[in-house]
Parts: sequence; structure tokens; C-alpha cells
Amino acid sequence: MSIFIDDSTRLVVQGITGRDGSFHTRQMREYGTRVVAGVTPGKGGQTFDGDVPVFNTVAEAVREAGANTSVIYVPAAFAADAVLEAADAGIGLIVCISEGVPVQDMMRALPYVREKGARLIGPNCPGLITPGSCKVGILPGQIVTPGPVGVVSRSGTLTYEVVYQLTRAGIGQTTCVGIGGDPLIGTNFVDCLEAFEADPDTKAVCMIGEIGGTDEQTAADYVRDRMTKPVVGFIAGRTAPPGRRMGHAGAIISGSEGTAAEKMKAFRECGIAVAELPADFVELVRERL
Amino acid sequence: MNIHEYQAKEILRSHGVPVPPGRVATTPEEAEAIAKELGGRVVVKAQVHAGGRGKAGGVKLADDPADARAKAEKILGMGIKGLTVEKVLVTPAEEISSEAYVGIVMDRASQANVFMVSSEGGVDIEEVAATNPDAITKLRVDPRYGLLPHQAMSLAWSLYDDTSLARQAAGIITKLYEAYLGAGGTLAEINPLIVTPEGEVKAIDAKMNIDDNALFRLPKVEALRDTSAEPPSETKARDAGLTYIKLDGQVGCCVNGAGLAMATMDMVKHYGGEPANFLDIGGSSNPEKVVAALEIMTADPNVRAILFNIFGGITRCDDVANGIVEATKRIDIDLPIAIRLTGTNEEEAVEILQANGFSAMTDMDEAVKRAVALATDAA
Repeated sequence: MSIFIDDSTRLVVQGITGRDGSFHTRQMREYGTRVVAGVTPGKGGQTFDGDVPVFNTVAEAVREAGANTSVIYVPAAFAADAVLEAADAGIGLIVCISEGVPVQDMMRALPYVREKGARLIGPNCPGLITPGSCKVGILPGQIVTPGPVGVVSRSGTLTYEVVYQLTRAGIGQTTCVGIGGDPLIGTNFVDCLEAFEADPDTKAVCMIGEIGGTDEQTAADYVRDRMTKPVVGFIAGRTAPPGRRMGHAGAIISGSEGTAAEKMKAFRECGIAVAELPADFVELVRERL
Repeated sequence: MNIHEYQAKEILRSHGVPVPPGRVATTPEEAEAIAKELGGRVVVKAQVHAGGRGKAGGVKLADDPADARAKAEKILGMGIKGLTVEKVLVTPAEEISSEAYVGIVMDRASQANVFMVSSEGGVDIEEVAATNPDAITKLRVDPRYGLLPHQAMSLAWSLYDDTSLARQAAGIITKLYEAYLGAGGTLAEINPLIVTPEGEVKAIDAKMNIDDNALFRLPKVEALRDTSAEPPSETKARDAGLTYIKLDGQVGCCVNGAGLAMATMDMVKHYGGEPANFLDIGGSSNPEKVVAALEIMTADPNVRAILFNIFGGITRCDDVANGIVEATKRIDIDLPIAIRLTGTNEEEAVEILQANGFSAMTDMDEAVKRAVALATDAA
């Protein structure tokens, strides 16, 4: 078992003929992901690597190739519209890898995605991987191995680091999800914790947070109130300088500066084991399996 | 990106928000000339990317042009929160009957723009938020419909009972919202919004923060960037496509990815060192970026050792190795370097480094300990 992606995933790649899109399409196929279609406006009718049909629109990819999941590698200026196009076409899971998307673009896209009943992961994220089954995004396949631990993270390379150390220690994963580092994202920690709690094969969860915002505090409350499975957490940015902050509105709205100390305190108070260093995950997880 | 008060005021003015006149001076003589033009009493205000300017002595009243010159002389060149004041805004001193606060911010938690207004404006608005939150009225703007006229009016009624004042304030709130969206804002605030004895509502201070990701389509806003208000190393880093923030420690850190970069800095501290910087070389790195990163770190006189921590995904380890070798050919680097590389093209990278007299590690903790030890030995 796993969360969000598995052997039934039928993937369409938006931006399949671009530099990043084509490279990672090959990597995903090599890993075993079923890539059923690509989309590049103006290149409809072509094929990618001889056997993946390319369409002009996501709607065609759904109708002609039965795509149910999309991954987006288009430039930032077009990313929000690519998300909306996928939601419009009836895609259930949309994974947006593109970074640098204007925050006001995402703000308009998010309610639309929800109204369509779709789930968005990202933007500015590495995607997700279910070891031994399916990967959607850019996570390196060679650092994961199947097993009982769910991983959810706001970061990219820090996720790789933690997963790599788990794998080297013989601790495998159900699914690893990078939810993205932007201020506005489609899927947050709580969404992933809910899914891991419901997944019978996941026995423990690693949660990798960062400074900024209050998503980790909300997740800590969820762990305390709703989760039966053990959670190990880490917060990056203890030594980050307090910003030369201008204006008051950010602190007024959240009542929080989003510091590492606040977040680690919330973790501890809600029964989450706190890893001081990324390397601490291995022992803390092992003790809880 | 941060912009100055005078720039935020220009944006608001261009959207029709009533803002008093005023101009920027970089010398006391200019300040005197502007005060003469304006006539009467003026305020001389430090233009610097930091809050708390008033409390730091960066905002002063002046009775006449000669006094404006004297006050500008004091403020120009002073340091506020580590930043040097290069410019002052000279603007008329307004008569004030009451002060309110009006702000809008992109709120992560509600995934929307949220207005906050309070009739208790002025410098201590955060204090008000902490001790008397009921004095602040909040409104979440639905991203699908934008700010609706009745919502602007209801925010305004929470500030003023008088119909004329409330109508003026509703107009200002609507224009502030338009200015905020038009400039790609993540925050815009007017503090204080004043009422004059004549019953006019005006914005006498303004702040705006801009979403860097929106600048590609807003060249006029991008042009407001004041590179004199940031360390030159940060400007150089941005031009090279790097994200760099200078700190005060001795271990220069070069990492791919923001999360891993922050975790690396935390580990430097954990093992007894102090990070000299945050530096993220980003995803698809090329050797040129690594050369720029080394130039920036070695130019920092506090740096005693350099640490590379690279987890190759999109980033190719051999690109980073080539960059390190290339940089040592172009610039004199007499600092010790600890290199940790793992992931994509790790073997090629190790070969390149070894052929050029460097050694590479694969374990992050070992590399950080080594860098801290090198920095300590060199100190």
C-alpha cells in the first residue's frame, strides 16, 4: 500500500517535450511509472520516445489515453494555468514541479482545483515516490526502498538526505511526498498525515518542516488529536537569521514568527519525537517501529 | 523584494490614494531645497529596509528649510538595524486628529489575501494585536471575487462612525487593494492612515513587500529595486542565479536546495561552528554558478573554511566538481575546503576532484565536522 500514487497511476506529463520534462519522463518510465501521454500545445500528434502519444490539451490526454494523474514541468509563467487545465480535464491528482510561480496566481488556482475535486501537490516540489511501484516528479529512484515509513517534507534535497539515510539503515518507505516550499501549496502536512494514518502499511511517519508559516504547528495539533501512528519531526532553519522584517501584518495575522524554536516546541508538546540532526531520524524511527 | 516608503507611496499615489507630496534627498542640501519648495514644517524620514525607523531616531520633524538640512545631516549615514541610511524622504508635517492602521497581507493559512484594519493605528500596532486583538478587524478576501464594495465599506465603518470619513476610507482601502495586486504584493500597509482637522483621510506612511516570483512580468516594479540598500554580495549572488544571505560566522556553506542549506547551517552550529552564510546554488547548477559562489564566499573576510554539501538530484555532482576546479584556476583560494558530494554522477565528480588534488566525502555529518575543525584551526 501507499498514498496518492500506486500501480493504477496513469500519468500525463505537461511539458513533456521541454528540457526538464523529457529528462524526467525518461527517469519516471525507467522507474516503472506508467506514462500514458504527454501534452505540449502545438505538438499534438507527435510521439515521445516512439510510444508516448503527445496531445495539444490535457482533456485529449484524459479522453484518448485515460490519464488520471498529471505532472507539470512548464515554465513558472504558465504553471498556474497548467494546473487549472488539468483540473478542468478531470485529472484527480496534479503534481506541479515548476518553481517560481507567482503567489497570487496560485491563490486564484487553489479554490478552482478544490471545486473540481482534484488534489494538487506543489508547486515548487520534488513530487512523490512509492518505492518499487511508481514515481511522479524528480525524486531520485535509487535512494528509496519499500518499507513501513511514510515521509512528508517541505524540502527537496533535505528529503533526499533523510530518505537516503533511512534506506542505508535498512528502513524502507511506503510513500515519500515533497509538498513544496512555497507559501501557498495544494497539499499540506495534515493532508499527508491523514493519508498515512489511513494507509494500513504505514507504521510510522517522518515529517520534515522548515521555518516560516504555521503549517507545522497545525500538523502537530493533528498528530496529538487524531493520529495513532508515531511521528518523528525535524525543523530546518534554527540558525536562519530573523528577517529584516518590514510591516506588521504577517505577525499580526498568524500571531507567530514561524521560528524553528516555536515549531520544535509545538512538536514536543504534541508527542512528536524531534530529530536534532537529519541523521537522528534513523534511531528515532527504529525505536518506534 | 522590499521597496522604500517613498516608492510605495508613489505606487499608491498612482492608484489614486491621497498621499501628501514629498521627494527624496541624498544630501542635506537637497533636503533643504525640497523643504523650501514644500514650505512650512516638514518631516525628514530615513528610507531604509527596516521597521522601527521612528524609534531608532530616523524620523525627525523640522521647523524650516535650515532645520531640515540639519536633521537630514543627522539621519543620512546613520545605521538602522545594520543598514546605512542613504536617502531621506522630505514631506510636509501633517496636522493629525486621529491615526488608524490599514494593511493587507498574503496569508498562508487561509490561502487568501487578508485585510486588517484598526482604529488604533500608529507605531505600536503589534502591541495592539497582542494585547487587544478585538481592536483589529480582519477580512479574508475571496480570491475568486476580489474585494467587494460592501466589504471595503464595512472595513471603513469599523474605523470611522462619520459617513464622510468612512466613504473616504473605503475608497482608500479599494485603491490599496488594486495597488497591492497591480504591484505583485505580498504585503501592503498604511500606518498611520490619518484624519486631518479639516476631515480629510490621508496615508502618511506606506510599506510594500513584493513577490520576487511576480517580477518577471512587472518590469516597472523590478526597476524599483534599490541595490544600495543590500550588501553588494547579495546583488552579485542574485545576478548569478544564487540565493545568498550573509551571516557573521566563519564557515562558508555552499549547498543545493534551501532546506538542505538551512539544515547544513544548523549542523555547523551543532558541531561548534558558526555559518558564514546561507547559499543555495539551486537545482540545475552549472559550473559557472559554483565559480560565482566561491568568489562570493572567499570575498567575505570572516570566512575561515568552506563547506560544500551537495545532494545530487537535478544537480549533477560533476558540474559542481568542475566548478570548484575552474574557480581555483581563476581566483586565488587560500582557504581550506571540505567537500561532500553524493547522488547523480558522484563517481565522475570524485575522479575530477581527486585529479585536481581535492578529496571528497560522502557523509554529511563527517563533512560538517571537518569544515568546523578546519575553520577552528585556521582561526
